[in-house]
Order: sequence, then structure tokens, then C-alpha cells
Amino acid sequence: MTRQVWTRRQMLLRGSAAFGGVLLGGCDRLSESPSFHRILSSAEQLTYRAQRLIVGQSLAREFTRADLSPVFRSNGTARPGSALYNQLLENEFEDWRLMVGGAVNRPLALSLGALRAMPSRTQITRHDCVEGWSAIGQWTGVPLGHVLTQAQLAPEARFIVLYCADELERNDGGYYESIDLVDAFHPQTLLAYELNGRPLPVPNGAPLRLRVERQLGYKQAKYLMRIDAVARLDGIGRGKGGYWEDRGYEWYAGI
Amino acid sequence: MTTREIIRRHSLATRCLHWVNALCVFLVLMSGLQIFNADPRLYWGQFGASPDRALLAIGAHGFPHWLTLPSWQDLSTGRRWHFFFAWLLVFNSALYLLFSLLSGHVRRDLLPSRAEIAPSHVARDVWDHVRLRFPRGEAAKHYNVLQKLAYVGVIFVLAPTLLATGLAMSPGFDAACPWLVTLLGGRQSARTIHFTAAMLVALFILIHLIMVVLAGPWNEVRSMITGRYVVPPGKAS
Repeated sequence: MTRQVWTRRQMLLRGSAAFGGVLLGGCDRLSESPSFHRILSSAEQLTYRAQRLIVGQSLAREFTRADLSPVFRSNGTARPGSALYNQLLENEFEDWRLMVGGAVNRPLALSLGALRAMPSRTQITRHDCVEGWSAIGQWTGVPLGHVLTQAQLAPEARFIVLYCADELERNDGGYYESIDLVDAFHPQTLLAYELNGRPLPVPNGAPLRLRVERQLGYKQAKYLMRIDAVARLDGIGRGKGGYWEDRGYEWYAGI
Repeated sequence: MTTREIIRRHSLATRCLHWVNALCVFLVLMSGLQIFNADPRLYWGQFGASPDRALLAIGAHGFPHWLTLPSWQDLSTGRRWHFFFAWLLVFNSALYLLFSLLSGHVRRDLLPSRAEIAPSHVARDVWDHVRLRFPRGEAAKHYNVLQKLAYVGVIFVLAPTLLATGLAMSPGFDAACPWLVTLLGGRQSARTIHFTAAMLVALFILIHLIMVVLAGPWNEVRSMITGRYVVPPGKAS
């Protein structure tokens, strides 16, 4: 009698282990299936809508100088390798111009001096990497909304695309990012040229990087070269709106 | 002649919600470990990154890959699994709470009575569990106090903690509700609490499964599928 119970129990345990194995193997196969990926990715729209609803125009928390991270960690590219970037860097970005174009009525070419002459904003905010860590830094820059107002967006503009000088993988386009107009005109969205009161260091994106404070670190594009206003994102890169988005990450990185 | 007493132990709603919950919890736990492995260190306070002092580091690479979803290093796919099933879990839990509060399941079956939480009663229950003596007869028809405390702890303490700390890690949500991050002591504290609560859920599941096996797996699993539960005959009868 006892023996039979034990066998049953063993069967159940073995059965559960086999079931677990099949389930996990199945999950791995599902992870590789594009159509299942689309189902999983539908959660992003839900998060985006829910957050837009409750977050609205609210500001990200701002900290004081006492809260600054002792070392502001950099991530991704530490220094773009292209000849063009190194030439610009050698000249302390004297010849660098931020090109603003696409669906705008007045394309612009802005030098660092021109950007510094514009109204500026300084904010101490928390930078949250998708990997999980956070660092607090003080950013100074021009509100992106100010630059876009100068360039006069055309009515069809829906997104702002930012092109960068870093090439994480050569021959595969460079780093780029995009945000919607809600974020583009948010008062804390900056084209930042200073970190902690000093010109932006190279590992943190010199000469200019984006700060879009209510999203994760990979949206904070570094080494900005060009900004385009566009109606849609599907013709750019692999069509998902950014370098990491093209590699499976969420376009809306609010969580 | 002895007759087997069969009762309807779990309502249809409880059974359906239990299995959806079980699936979701497994998937969010394993994809959560995948996300954790992207920076397998825990910090305390508002900020925390590799140049800062970590509270705890789990190996150089975190948990072994076979414990993570997917079973190779892939943060973006892990996040997709995590947030999809976290949403499903939120809907499922909301339905569970609504149903359990309205039907009286919480009050009748889950909340321990004053007499049950008396230290002497709890101590006796612990001693019975240690000796693997499980309730029989009439006493087997409802949860014992350790079960009640475990279920109430997971449902009303760990689950809300996981939701709150999960949301507090979201830079978007933080802009809307900065008070929550302040309450939790900062985003990195929230991450540490999120991880700790998840480990406690994993511990609960482990004990839950061991108890199912020890208490008679056929009868227990069947009662959560068909609802029918054979009451272990009492000694007196």
C-alpha cells in the first residue's frame, strides 16, 4: 500500500518536472516567435496610454546638489569612433552644428554658441537605466520645445527623431532615437550641453545630448548631430523609432 | 462501512483565477530574474550604479540562466514577458479581490479568527506541521491558521508591495506620484524591496508546493481543478 502511494507520488513529481520542462522549453520557443512577440508587445500600448493618462504634463522630481551621484556613470558608447566625430572633438566642436530639419518651415543649423545663447534650464534629475541602476546629475540645456518653436513645425509633424554620432554597429546605421510631441514640448525636455556645471564630457554625450526625464536612459540620445520632425517612424532605421527599439526594446520607455 | 466524504472545496471563480495567477506568477518571477541579471546588484536610496556601494551583489552575472525567461541573456525579451504578464496579473488579481471580498471568501475562509491567532493556537499548529500531522475530518474542511496567515500575507502584503515598488521604478509613474518613491525611500530602495518581496513569493510557492505533495497531491490538485475534495477521515470516525 505504502509502496503504491510512493510510486504515485514519484509519478506526480516526474510528471510535474516533465510538464515544467515542456512549459519552459515552450516559453523559450515562444520568445523566438515574431507573432508571439507582437502579442507580448501589445502591453506597451497599454502602458503608454495608461501612463499618458495619469502622468499628463507633470514634472519629473528634481533634486538638490546634495543628492548628486558622486560619479555619474556613463553607458553604451564612451567615445564615438568616426573620423568626423574625432575631427569635431579636436576642434572643441567649433565646427559642429546641430541641424534641425524635416517637417519644419525654418530649418536651422545651430552652433554650440547659438544654443548657449538661447534660454536655458538647469535641473537635477534621476537617470534610470533600463538595466536597473540610477544616477542623479545636474543638466543644463535649451528646452527642446524652444528650438522646435524657432524651427516652426509643419502641421504633419508627429515625432521628433534625433540622429547621433555614435555607431554601435558599423554598416547598420547609427544611433537614433525618437519621441512624441508631448515629450518634445515638455518643459524638462532639454538639449543638454552641461553636466554638473561643466561642459558635457565625451562619455556622457559631448557636445549635446537629449534629456527626456520621464523615460529610461536609452531614450537620452547622446552625441546629437541632427534633429528631424517627421510624420511617421516606419521608414527610419528598421522602423521601430530608435536603435534599441529596433532591437526589441519598447519605444515608450516610461517603465 | 465507511463512506468517503466529498466536499466542494473551491468555487469555480477561485479555481480559474488560481491557475491564471499561477501561470502569471511563474512568468513574472522568471522574467523578473532576467531583468535583475542586467544589473545583479541591489542598492539603497535614490540612486545606485556600479560606481556606488551595493547593498548586495548576487554573483558577477546574477542568477543561472536556466532560472530566467528567456533562458539566455536577453533583457528586452524579458521585459516584454514581464510587463505583459504583470498587466494580466493586475487584472486577474483585481477580479480575485472583487470576487473574494463580495462573496465573503476573504472574511469566511481567509481571515484568521481572534482565537486562531492566539500564540498558543499558532504554536500548536506549527508543532503539528513540524510533525507533518495535517488536519483530518471536520478540521480539514477549512484552512488552518498557518495557511490563513500565509495566504493573507501574500495577497494583502506581498502583492500590493510588489505592485507599488514595481510602479515606483517607472520614471513615468514617478512623475505622476512622486510621494510613492519618497515613501519607499527612493527608486533603488524600491527595486531592492521589489526583489525581496519577489523572493518571499518564491519561498511561498516552494512551501505551497511541498505542502501539496505532503498533504496528498492527487486530492489537493484535483480540488483546485474540479473543486471536489475528499475529506481525510477523522480519527474518531
